[in-house]
Amino acid sequence: MSTSSPALPASEQVRSDLLRPLLQTSWKFYVLVAFLGAIVVAALAAWVTQMTLGFGISGIRWPVYWGFYVTNFVFWIGISHAGTLISAILRLVNAGWRRPVTRCAEVITAFALIIGAMFPLIHLGRPWLAFWLFPYPSERMIWPNFRSPLVWDFFAINTYLTGSLLFLFLPMLPDFAIVRDRATGMRRRIYGVLALGWRGTPTQWHRLETAMQIMAVAIIPVAVSVHTIVSFDFSMAPVPMWQTTIFGPYFVAGAIFSGIAGLIIAMAILRRVLHLERYLHPVHFQNLGKLMLVMALLWGYFVFNERLVTYYGNGASEMQVFWRTQRLTFAPLYWTMVVCNFVLPLVIMGISRFRTITGCVIASIGVVIGMWLERFLIIVPSLGHKYLPYSFGTYSPQPVEIVITVGTFAAMTLLYVLFAKFVPIISIWELTAVQHPSPALIPPATAEHPLGETHA
Amino acid sequence: MPHRWGMAADLDRCNGCGACVVACAAENNISTVGAEQAALGRAKHWIRVERYWEGEFPDVRLKFRPVMCQQCDNAPCEPVCPTYASHHTDDGLNAQVYNRCIGTRYCANACPYNVRFFDFFNPSWEKPLQLQLNPDVSLREVGVMEKCTFCVQRIKAVTVQVAAEDRELKDGEITPACVQSCAAKALVFGDLNDPESEVSRLSHSPRGSKLLEDLGTLPKVTYLPRDTEA
Repeated sequence: MSTSSPALPASEQVRSDLLRPLLQTSWKFYVLVAFLGAIVVAALAAWVTQMTLGFGISGIRWPVYWGFYVTNFVFWIGISHAGTLISAILRLVNAGWRRPVTRCAEVITAFALIIGAMFPLIHLGRPWLAFWLFPYPSERMIWPNFRSPLVWDFFAINTYLTGSLLFLFLPMLPDFAIVRDRATGMRRRIYGVLALGWRGTPTQWHRLETAMQIMAVAIIPVAVSVHTIVSFDFSMAPVPMWQTTIFGPYFVAGAIFSGIAGLIIAMAILRRVLHLERYLHPVHFQNLGKLMLVMALLWGYFVFNERLVTYYGNGASEMQVFWRTQRLTFAPLYWTMVVCNFVLPLVIMGISRFRTITGCVIASIGVVIGMWLERFLIIVPSLGHKYLPYSFGTYSPQPVEIVITVGTFAAMTLLYVLFAKFVPIISIWELTAVQHPSPALIPPATAEHPLGETHA
Repeated sequence: MPHRWGMAADLDRCNGCGACVVACAAENNISTVGAEQAALGRAKHWIRVERYWEGEFPDVRLKFRPVMCQQCDNAPCEPVCPTYASHHTDDGLNAQVYNRCIGTRYCANACPYNVRFFDFFNPSWEKPLQLQLNPDVSLREVGVMEKCTFCVQRIKAVTVQVAAEDRELKDGEITPACVQSCAAKALVFGDLNDPESEVSRLSHSPRGSKLLEDLGTLPKVTYLPRDTEA
């Protein structure tokens, strides 16, 4: 059964390839961690400065009370949809090619969620009182307001974060055990604790498979609900071009879209830096690229819908916002977004000759930029042009907001780098799945069998 | 029967002098933010006089509209607040509890009238303005939202007195600072549940309309535009 086809590395080879980043550390790693760490520290210092000097050092002003921070919040929660959702769907349909992809995807979810969930705190006027959002029996005898979409956010994000961490952690157990068995000293003890006593008995395998099936089914509706609820933050308020029924699915589609882009970029970097060419094949990028193409079309459909209905409805206040994004102040950003999110992925992913790893990465960078702009363009133009012309206003970001924004990208990279240092970034046991006594699983993809059909 | 506080603004009388704006700032301890911050759009005016020009030069008409919190019966700011800092009182006011506010600013985004103001810094006053602070009104620290209260401190002072004397409230007994300072008597305040009150009469006037009425916010401020609309 375990006769591997030539292109699939033997299991011993898999182990040494994938454990190498854990066991060997070059000086470049320390330089990178120090560089990213410095940016993260700068962002934290910026936040402390904002709390000390007052929120006024940000660019937020009347009447645009949400800006970069809420844009980042929606953006990072969107990026988090890459992982768990994609990984869960691919697990459910038992797509063999998923194996080297799932863990890098699930990690993105966990870290992007943690970073995204920071922003509701960062943007608070009085962040030291954020615990008032928690439903705890307090001496004030006041519960949070369960009618507020922000409280729904609190529950949705916490549920998703808990689920995603479990979903990430469960399939890491056998790999922790592999590291434990090969390590010595302190490392052996730490991974031994993390492996939770994994010994690879048939019962344990069976329980792991069952747990993963349950988690995969459970996490999909949670993921969909999270970004729908994030969209409710906007669509529940009577603000021109916010109050629309399309926001739920529009946000979910956008989230998965940007998530796939984030995943492709992460995979390309891992492949290059950790020399994983034998595991992350061009076919993985092509498959994800096709998925991104579908999401680009879906995104274009939603934007077209939203815009056309607004234009046809011709409401006075809506049209103010409409023209401000379509032709006036925000037009350069708007059309950049359309090119990045629609034209670019359509051309690059639509033509199979361009659907190379480089092509996928270029399109993904475009999508990440475009989706960030999309969130910005939903929030700021509408808030600046609500109803009464006397109270129209605008917003421009200040250094503190820019530093914190850059800091989140550094934080994401830093967390990812550290994770890849301490945990095999590709699931070892899943790649060598044919060797454990689990129920019939489709083997991993090889060059000859790009989708991982049965080829044992 | 509980009171239901409301206001009427006769735009035919308003000459845009801005006395209401000054009186409001003095009564409610609204901190000054300085010229630089005001230019950025951080000035706090719980009541403002909106100016609109109509027509082409030289046939131009200037219109004024004092805009303060409309104390909506169906207020978009209330359900969105996660901590109940923004909530409805029994006498129909949109109360803002500063101590409960954590500064999500969601209420201000949801407010179609843009009458909610965020405290970007701790309050400060240019000398000698600090000498005239009103002891009946709490100061707001950095990071909270504030807005027009219909001078709730004056409402409370009078209703407590009326209850102590065990008598009925007289119409016009309560005057918020803006109403009190309006030389043209464009602003009228009172109990909408009292059919005899001046504000009740004006709010049922055929001239009356509500600001952004079609949003369904059910405001308690009635605007009476000029009679001579051409």
